[in-house]
Amino acid sequence: MMNRTKVIHYVNQFFGQIGGEDKAGIPPQIKEGPVGVGKLIQEASGGQFEIVRTILCGDNYAAEHLEEVGQIVLKWVEEVKPDLFIAGPAFAAGRYGMACAVLCMGVQKNLSIPVLTAMHANNPGVDSARKDIYIIETGDSTREMKMVIPKMVGLAKKMLGDISIGTPQEEGYLTRGIRINVRAEKRGSRRAVEMLLKKLKGEPFETELPLPQFDRVVPAPPIADLSKAVIALVTEGGIVPKGNPDRIEAHNASKYCKYFIGNASDLTGEDYQTAHGGYDPVYANEDPDRVLPLDAARLLEKEGAFARLYDHYYVTVGNVTAVASAVRYGREIGELLLKEGVHGVILTST
Amino acid sequence: MVKEIERAGLPAVQICAIVPIALTVGANRIVRAIAIPHPTGDPKIEKKEELVLRKRLLKTALIGLHSRIQEQTVFKSEDPF
Repeated sequence: MMNRTKVIHYVNQFFGQIGGEDKAGIPPQIKEGPVGVGKLIQEASGGQFEIVRTILCGDNYAAEHLEEVGQIVLKWVEEVKPDLFIAGPAFAAGRYGMACAVLCMGVQKNLSIPVLTAMHANNPGVDSARKDIYIIETGDSTREMKMVIPKMVGLAKKMLGDISIGTPQEEGYLTRGIRINVRAEKRGSRRAVEMLLKKLKGEPFETELPLPQFDRVVPAPPIADLSKAVIALVTEGGIVPKGNPDRIEAHNASKYCKYFIGNASDLTGEDYQTAHGGYDPVYANEDPDRVLPLDAARLLEKEGAFARLYDHYYVTVGNVTAVASAVRYGREIGELLLKEGVHGVILTST
Repeated sequence: MVKEIERAGLPAVQICAIVPIALTVGANRIVRAIAIPHPTGDPKIEKKEELVLRKRLLKTALIGLHSRIQEQTVFKSEDPF
């Protein structure tokens, strides 16, 4: 009997088969043996991997208590001393991706155990971790599970077997910014000239050294005098008039909307609700001020903390929303508010 | 979104529960929210106290809008919640 590879697998409440958004608040727990995806991983490894323990945690709990969950997971991993720690795949799920990335980094750094996760390139978990760990690139949907798992298993076997790991393109992981010396067929000057010629002709070419893109925005000048300022509320939390009249989608929203609040001083569950499909809606539907804080903004307006609350609010649903859409919504909302004489924006996200 | 609003030239504070994500996506002014499903509320406390809490969060956000910053900044409430 060959020696099987001991693996610990981290999943969220959904893949841990505990429940959906209503269970997103559960603290970390253990199930001995594989759960769901874990079984697929075992199968794909041809029986070489044995998921000895599954650690699962609610998405909200993990994202809100990253450090605490990190410590607990370290303890539970150390108890078992596995050969490998796998988290996810998380696809485009932001909270889950963040947890997978942070936990993998923690296990690798503190316990020197190989780690592996998988997620979409735009997942917020990617940026902080890609330099330190291998992240298999996925699409944004769990439909790809069957394609992703074999890639994870393939790379994991190489990591464990001390077999040299290929380029990101060959193995399917996200680039880590590591440079490796290779012998090229043509010398640099020739490659550079060929690339330049392609560029001049408008032909496709691939750079050998992609430059890092830091998309940072220079902070806008602050509001000089709050007592003269018009403040606007914006939310990605999907608060809409009851019945969602413009039908903002529960995920990957195709639009943002603008609603009049000029004569309202409090949002109630009778008139407003959330259209967001990515968090437990109970609290927001009970009192929408918990996501779009109109009542408190009105009180501060009355007290003179600022001059006036802008008489509309903008809303979209920030749930697995394409980055390109979010960028466009933000740009358009910003330009509109500027034109409408607003001086500052308070935006809430869920 | 918040980054693009700020790019348009308006100071914009993001109130969100997961500060590391706000930092990753490039928000400049950040206030930590109560929790993901209720960023500006807390169903566990009395309604009255909840409103006080919400006001405090907004006050902190206003300080964020009023502050001249050079880099990404997380603003904290001066009163403990």
